[in-house]
Amino acid sequence: MPFALLKYGLSSDYPAEQDLPPPKALAASYDVVIIGGGGHGLAIAYYLAKYHGITKVAVLEKAYLGGGNTARNTAVIRSNYLTSEGVRFYAESVKLFQNLSHEFDFNIMYSERGQLTLAHTDATVRAFRQRAEVNKHFGGRTEMIDRQQIAELVPTLNLDPGHLPVLEGLWHRDGATARHDAVAWGYAKEAAKRGVEIHQLTEVEDLIIEGGRLTGVKTNRGTVRCGCAVQAVAGHSSVLAAKAGFRLPIVSYPLQAMVTQPVKPFLDPLVSSSALHCYVQQTSRGEVVFGGGSDPYPLYATRSTLELKESLIASAVEMFPFLAKARLMRQWGGITDMTPDYSPIMGESPVENYYLDAGWGTWGFKATPICGQTMAELIAGGGKVPELIRPFHLARFANFQQVNEMGATAASH
Amino acid sequence: MSRYEPLDDAADAVASRLPAPMGSLIDRERPLHFTFEGETYRGFAGDSIASALAAHGRLVLSRSFKYHRPRGALTLAGQDANTLVQLPDEPNVLADVRRLEDGLSVTGQNYSGSLDHDRDMRLGKFARFMPVGFYYRAFYKPRGAWKRWEPLIRRKAGLGRFDLDARGSYHDKAYLFTDVMVVGSGPAGLSAALTAAEGGARVLLVEQQPQLGGSLTYARFDIDGRRGERLRDELVSVVARHPSIRVMCDATCNGWFTDNYLPVIQGRRMFKVRAKECIVASGSFDQPAIFRNNDLPGVMLASAAQRLMRHYAVKPGRRAVVLTGNDDGYLAALDLHEQGIEVAALADMRPSPENPALAEALAAAGIPVRAEQTVYEALHDKSLHRVTGVELRRIVGTGDVADQGQRIDCDLLCMTAGYMPVYQLLCQAGGRLRYDDEAAEFSISGLPAHLHIAGSVNALHDLDRVSEDGVRAATEALRALGHDVPMPQRSAPAPRRVNHPWPIFPHPKGKAFVDFDEDLQIEDILNATRHGYRDVQLVKRFSTVGMGPSQGRHSALPTARLVARATDRSVSETGVTTARPPFTAETLGHLAGRGFDPFRLTPMHRRHEALGAHMMPAGHWRRPAYYPATDGSLARERCMQEEARQVREKVGMIDVSTLGGLEIRGPDAAEFINRLYTFGFLKQPVGRTRYAVMTSEQGVVIDDGVSCRLAEDHFYVTATTSGVTNVHRSMLQWNARWRLDVDIANVTSAFAAINLAGPLSRQVLETLCDDVDLSAEAFPYLELRTGHVAGIPARLLRVGFVGELGYEIHVPSRYGEALWDRLMEAGAAFGLRPFGVEAQRLLRLEKGHVIIGQDTDGMSHPEEIGLGWAVNRKKPFFVGRRAVDILAAQPQKRRLVGFRLPASSAKPREGQLVLEGETITGNVTSCEYSPTLGAVIGLAYAAPEKAAPGSQITLRVDGGQEITAEVVALPFFDPDNTRQEL
Repeated sequence: MPFALLKYGLSSDYPAEQDLPPPKALAASYDVVIIGGGGHGLAIAYYLAKYHGITKVAVLEKAYLGGGNTARNTAVIRSNYLTSEGVRFYAESVKLFQNLSHEFDFNIMYSERGQLTLAHTDATVRAFRQRAEVNKHFGGRTEMIDRQQIAELVPTLNLDPGHLPVLEGLWHRDGATARHDAVAWGYAKEAAKRGVEIHQLTEVEDLIIEGGRLTGVKTNRGTVRCGCAVQAVAGHSSVLAAKAGFRLPIVSYPLQAMVTQPVKPFLDPLVSSSALHCYVQQTSRGEVVFGGGSDPYPLYATRSTLELKESLIASAVEMFPFLAKARLMRQWGGITDMTPDYSPIMGESPVENYYLDAGWGTWGFKATPICGQTMAELIAGGGKVPELIRPFHLARFANFQQVNEMGATAASH
Repeated sequence: MSRYEPLDDAADAVASRLPAPMGSLIDRERPLHFTFEGETYRGFAGDSIASALAAHGRLVLSRSFKYHRPRGALTLAGQDANTLVQLPDEPNVLADVRRLEDGLSVTGQNYSGSLDHDRDMRLGKFARFMPVGFYYRAFYKPRGAWKRWEPLIRRKAGLGRFDLDARGSYHDKAYLFTDVMVVGSGPAGLSAALTAAEGGARVLLVEQQPQLGGSLTYARFDIDGRRGERLRDELVSVVARHPSIRVMCDATCNGWFTDNYLPVIQGRRMFKVRAKECIVASGSFDQPAIFRNNDLPGVMLASAAQRLMRHYAVKPGRRAVVLTGNDDGYLAALDLHEQGIEVAALADMRPSPENPALAEALAAAGIPVRAEQTVYEALHDKSLHRVTGVELRRIVGTGDVADQGQRIDCDLLCMTAGYMPVYQLLCQAGGRLRYDDEAAEFSISGLPAHLHIAGSVNALHDLDRVSEDGVRAATEALRALGHDVPMPQRSAPAPRRVNHPWPIFPHPKGKAFVDFDEDLQIEDILNATRHGYRDVQLVKRFSTVGMGPSQGRHSALPTARLVARATDRSVSETGVTTARPPFTAETLGHLAGRGFDPFRLTPMHRRHEALGAHMMPAGHWRRPAYYPATDGSLARERCMQEEARQVREKVGMIDVSTLGGLEIRGPDAAEFINRLYTFGFLKQPVGRTRYAVMTSEQGVVIDDGVSCRLAEDHFYVTATTSGVTNVHRSMLQWNARWRLDVDIANVTSAFAAINLAGPLSRQVLETLCDDVDLSAEAFPYLELRTGHVAGIPARLLRVGFVGELGYEIHVPSRYGEALWDRLMEAGAAFGLRPFGVEAQRLLRLEKGHVIIGQDTDGMSHPEEIGLGWAVNRKKPFFVGRRAVDILAAQPQKRRLVGFRLPASSAKPREGQLVLEGETITGNVTSCEYSPTLGAVIGLAYAAPEKAAPGSQITLRVDGGQEITAEVVALPFFDPDNTRQEL
């Protein structure tokens, strides 16, 4: 019996710690307005308060906390990217994740299961080897493993699905998962504790821009002035940017995931197949989660489809044939803001005092801590761009300095 | 009464059942045997596992998720997680709907020890230490603790167990189309189906149960008790025989997808139905009341007890108490009484029934009615295996009861506190739930066009109104289909209150369950709001309410009420969490279907097989990687090198049918090619080929091929095996904007092709070809001819990927095998051997030719990979032009170079890094030992300043070893290209 639980059983009153603050009125102005109360927005708020002493901060969330892509992603944490820029960035994120439970005093259930990505063609083997090599170079624990090693790691996996036998695997020991909601709540709790205001059901309807500078936002609950604002609204980044008067090189596609009823543990690592466009993991509750590629058409609706479910599950059953007897309980969708190079857009925007935390495609959750930390540093520094996120500036698309992660994101998110 | 011994022989099993007409689903002539937890039981064909066990007095089916409390059937309709059992090869099977089979072996799941004596039940003793979301508060200190706790928690979590060797049984799919699909065949569904069919529509009626009728098959609608049956007989006799109605029973419409795309699961098949109009008459879920120990086996919904009797002829108990919030509880009490079950009391949470005649009927039956009373606590013995009694208390306020009560012995507690519409399909379609505070009930609005709602799901609970509503919905559907039918008159609604507004009675000792799946009690929901999780979505996520297998069927309503009260909002504002597909848990086997695994074979595939080739995937194709060596070996290096040597020294041939082929015809054909590819093509002469590189708008090289001009207005362009689909798509896409006068066709599979290469290739071909002059003068390098090879019409291209004299021979697919055979025969005298993809890669590497996708990545632009020569800078436009120009003007970041290592050196692997100090400057893209050159050669990206021949680059190879390679000029072999131009 962990000590932390004794107080619940032994005290006569239920000691309900307030994780999330109760609603309150909007102030007339803030130093920083953060648009979007998902993991990213809340993380920015937390790090602003923690490291930079900036607490006159409002996080404005149009619905409920962490209800967008924070709630919809499949909680994969990994750093086995392809480019030096990407690997450095995501590796820092993994490090921060590892300490979050302690930082929050709230168990985010960070679980280092390792991630195995299967290569079924020699072209994929080549691409994966490059990722492994780049990862190792930056100190990551990633290696190529052969069929024998794969069979030992995941004995339940079918190594010969259809006509595409598994050749080798990219084994990323640092791969992990965590309770995605808890990450958002932990940031919210600790940010609120430091004085950050969190306003749910508060939708930013327009931005107030005067002479090229952002001075405030209009919400459904009134106008708020601010020193600066940052948008952290994955799934609607280009919509909000349009209100700020500029275009982002983003196309938004739905991405779906689904989950079975809980069963006893049979799978530890996160397993994904590049050829079958499917990844599989088992949560600590015992549910089996499946995800795959984005839907093939741009859309802002989070509806789920039968077609994707059929093809994704057919792949999952190829990988783990006994899953044919499992029962699917729920499917859902999110919206992914895809950039041309599959890397995020972070930093300054064409509007002064307006910062971008956008273009998070399918890689947003795993970047939550590092994104929060670097964006906070950027905002607190008045626009001085931290080294780690310099490659992700919006201008890279005009300057042909893209950070191409295309091969490192497909179907393993 | 706590132990119920299994009955020993069939006679007893028969004797224990109620007489007909009870038992509409069972066939008493067909007894079956099965085991549960190792003990043998008997049942009848038509029984569910749970009903057969209940006939033996066996109620405990499972253990709860968190506290491991014994659980029995709640709904008898597959709507709760209490009945999940384990079959040998299948976990989480709903025992109350899974049909009994002879010899079935069933066990419980999620326990340690036995189902009846689960050692994990002691976890319940620690319930006070496991508050809502307890796992967020603990298990992470000290650092690394979660790593130890998680496996323990994981083992306790989860329900059933997979048989890891099990393979799915056969499942398939079918499509259906209908004018009107009706979901649910209760009184509303039957009337709707009949009305729609009579009005001229083709109707598909989908019923989840084995028989038509919905509530008419088990519920009681009047004191006499005959009305439901009469109405059912009347409607079913017509519907079942109607030529325009297709009836599907035992079939579940499991989701609503855009435009009435409706998956229906029946048996081993998933029907994908497209319905012009859809009428959802899905009924409503009976709702439990919430009080202490409301989860004990023997505490069930009134409708569950009725189902046990009517469907399975099983006596649900011997002495019952009924708890009700509406008149339906009275009718259920009459049902129990009629079947010989003593009804010790009916507790009505209201002051009186709406229909006073019911009180009289109960009085006549000798059933005491306790008005304004509730069950405050269900009682049990130490085992918790079955309810042994109840404590009734007077209700003194909302959720408040008197201090004293009365205990009554019973072994069955039937409850009905109200109804929740079966809203899942409708909300998936965008319907919104609105709570009517007056009726204490949710109703649904905001449905899309062509989706209709009828019956009790539409908040109607009077049988006449329900039937009428079916007619109304069907009429709307008919009118939407264009049938000219008048809307029926609607009778004035006769409001029947069916929902008690607050059937929630907290107990200081807890165990009043809101969510049975997740073991969540009243306090858990309230505490979640106290922690600040006020939105119902956050309550769900924090407490996991509604996340279990029953997906909130019974917890959504009380959760909405509790959260609304705790956060001082209306129930409407609070709402329920999003309903997502599927409606009921569906097996993955149904979704996967037959598991098609399509891939493509070239026309010569059987020849490769006959030769014993080692095949490899290439895009959607399978291609020979290499053929057995002369000594029969299938070692990759040996085979590849032998094949390569044969090409260099004599002659070889490779099946290149997988190469993409695109036909561009029309007056604008040259202009079209000129815009899509980087070279100049306007002046490409007829009869000539030209290398063609395609760039994206970002200036990245995305494909290459050969453009063949067959006529002024006719081009045949090849593309890479895996790239052709995208190339074709982008051609169509671009021309949708350009509107050039061309036809574009992907003819990849219309042609088979063989590349015949090697110094002797001309001699081989000459023996087969008499209408094309093959001499170097008449048919030089890069030219193109049409003629016949062995009598087969062919396009001959003098191109040379492998750097030898060679001919690509493209023939209609149906001649592919014949061409292969004729060439093999003719080549035998010259030492001709087939070669595979691996040898081809080695040969082209020796020539320094890049493979798009292998030597290029998502950033490679023409200059970087040495293809600047293939870009025409004089023409005004090609796709990617602007980007290519900008990139060419920028300082280069990297450059694809050739490198060479001594034969004895460690061979770098493709994908390994090129380093400059600690900086990654590139990676190896191709690398192989070249027997021709006696060296390891390769292509790699390197810093531009290292691109000059003679430079040294550092490669990190296996084991982290760093080696130095020399950059050399490309091509490695035959730098003057004399061989291919012979």
